[in-house]
Amino acid sequence: MDQAENIITVKNLVKKFGSFVANDNLSFQVEKAEIFGFLGANGAGKTTAIKILCGLSAPTSGEIEVASYDVYTQTDLIKQNIGYMSQKFSLYEDITVKENFRFYGGIYGLSKSRINERITFFLKELKLESAKDELISSLPLGWKQKIAFSVAIMHDPKIVFLDEPTGGVDPVTRRQFWEMIYEASHNGITVFVTTHYMDEAEYCNRVSIMVDGRIDALDTPENLKKQFGVNSMNNVFLKLARN
Amino acid sequence: MNRFWAFVKKEFLHIFRDPRTILILFGMPIAQIMIFGYVVKNDIKNVKIAIYDKSKDNVTREITDKILSSGYFLLSEKLDSNNELERIFQKGEVKEIIVFEPDFAKRLENTNTANIQLIADASDANTANLIVNYTQAIIYEYVKSINENNSLAVQIVPEARMMYNEEMKSVYMFVPGTMALILLLISAMMTSISIAREKEMGTMEILLVSPLQPLQIIMGKVMPYIILSLVNAISIILLGFFVFDVPIHGSIILLMFETMLFIFLALSIGIFISTVSKSQQTAMFISIFSLMLPTMLLSGFIFPIKNMPLVLQWFCYIVPPKWFIIIIKDIMLKGTGLIYVWKETLILIGMIIFFISLSVKKFKIRLE
Repeated sequence: MDQAENIITVKNLVKKFGSFVANDNLSFQVEKAEIFGFLGANGAGKTTAIKILCGLSAPTSGEIEVASYDVYTQTDLIKQNIGYMSQKFSLYEDITVKENFRFYGGIYGLSKSRINERITFFLKELKLESAKDELISSLPLGWKQKIAFSVAIMHDPKIVFLDEPTGGVDPVTRRQFWEMIYEASHNGITVFVTTHYMDEAEYCNRVSIMVDGRIDALDTPENLKKQFGVNSMNNVFLKLARN
Repeated sequence: MNRFWAFVKKEFLHIFRDPRTILILFGMPIAQIMIFGYVVKNDIKNVKIAIYDKSKDNVTREITDKILSSGYFLLSEKLDSNNELERIFQKGEVKEIIVFEPDFAKRLENTNTANIQLIADASDANTANLIVNYTQAIIYEYVKSINENNSLAVQIVPEARMMYNEEMKSVYMFVPGTMALILLLISAMMTSISIAREKEMGTMEILLVSPLQPLQIIMGKVMPYIILSLVNAISIILLGFFVFDVPIHGSIILLMFETMLFIFLALSIGIFISTVSKSQQTAMFISIFSLMLPTMLLSGFIFPIKNMPLVLQWFCYIVPPKWFIIIIKDIMLKGTGLIYVWKETLILIGMIIFFISLSVKKFKIRLE
């Protein structure tokens, strides 16, 4: 991935709320098709940064490009080219699997035939053909989560943002979920993921760790472990957070 | 545009998937109108009245005939002196006495104005109100019919007096009140709940991250309720008209226009409520306490505004249904046109602008 192009470029990002500095001079790049782990304790400023990258909130200062679009002026183009999944799974519980797919395909402006094509593809992929007319509320959590991820990449976004996507899910399902992430990355989709599970951090190509609004570490999991002289990402995180 | 319709389709799915929502949307208006309607209908058949005609001319006779042939009233007796009024009411059978002033026809001819006094037994306040309203409606009808062939507009002034409950003066009609209540409930409460639900479930985030514009999101949420409210408004009017013979004297186009205006107002209130509430429960409680109760208590729907302490009367001025009820009553019952209700209409428009701009401001702050 030496020659890979950067799909997210952040230079000196600052976001202030009054006198409170939520993001203090962040600079980093994310490469195309990379799985980028965005770690940090609660309140470290992750959500603020993600909101800015998704075009939901304007930064106070800094140069930021997402999918080669500017976050100040081209938020509409950014929104069309990214997918987003939050810890709440973002599906509508009272409508069926298929209707959820149709709805999200619809608001991203996919054609009818393309929507049907994608639905057939995902239902087969997830082995959910028999459940296509079930209400989301009747499905187990693990299934909802996989469907939510499929919905988020339904419109072939360049980047997908996953905000703690595996909260409250059992280890086996988490494992399966990460297989889906790998496949998306293999297909050229950049994955920008936040998590509190440090074993998941090991799966990422590169990891950044935020502390008090700053990025205190950014490298591959191997290099970070070497740098801090510990044997797991968990210990890297604890070391940084305690300082 | 296709994106927008995909959104609206989803909203309809939400509504039709939830039996409770359907019940509220369609069951409640019908139940309400039936309850109010039948209470009213049972009371206003063959009500016994007495007539004290001090003039005994052809006009008073004509009006008497009109009133008696309406089917609502039965003549119990004709009176000859004021002293009998008390005696009649105390017997309890007669509910209303109609008094024509002396020289009724002459006065009408000379000054174009004549007075009728309607005295009702208001110990049963609502019934008294209804009886007086019906009588007034018949008199207005008569005035209208003679004015059609007359270049000079003639005026007959029915002066209502409630015996045993003097202050009970406000007009009570169930259709405008029910309409205001139902439209406010459906448009404001349901939209505020459905927008709050997106926030509570976290799906609002996803919608904001999607290429949909905030305005499209709001319009998409509101669209189904515009349609459903309109269906409800029409069915209330039709039920009132066909089942309970509530007249529509004025222009139906104007009536629908004002109804749409009120629906928009209710929706803008709903949107505003949703901007200040984070959960469905909060939205529901705010709706009930700030909309339902004031509509029942302070709009003049059930309790007459003139009866209230002055401070509460001022408060009534900011209750939106008050103005809508005035408009609807004027159009349906008195047959007035826009020239008589333009002030109330402007107030509704002003309120819409107020709530929309407040919501936009709130929405922007939240996005920052």
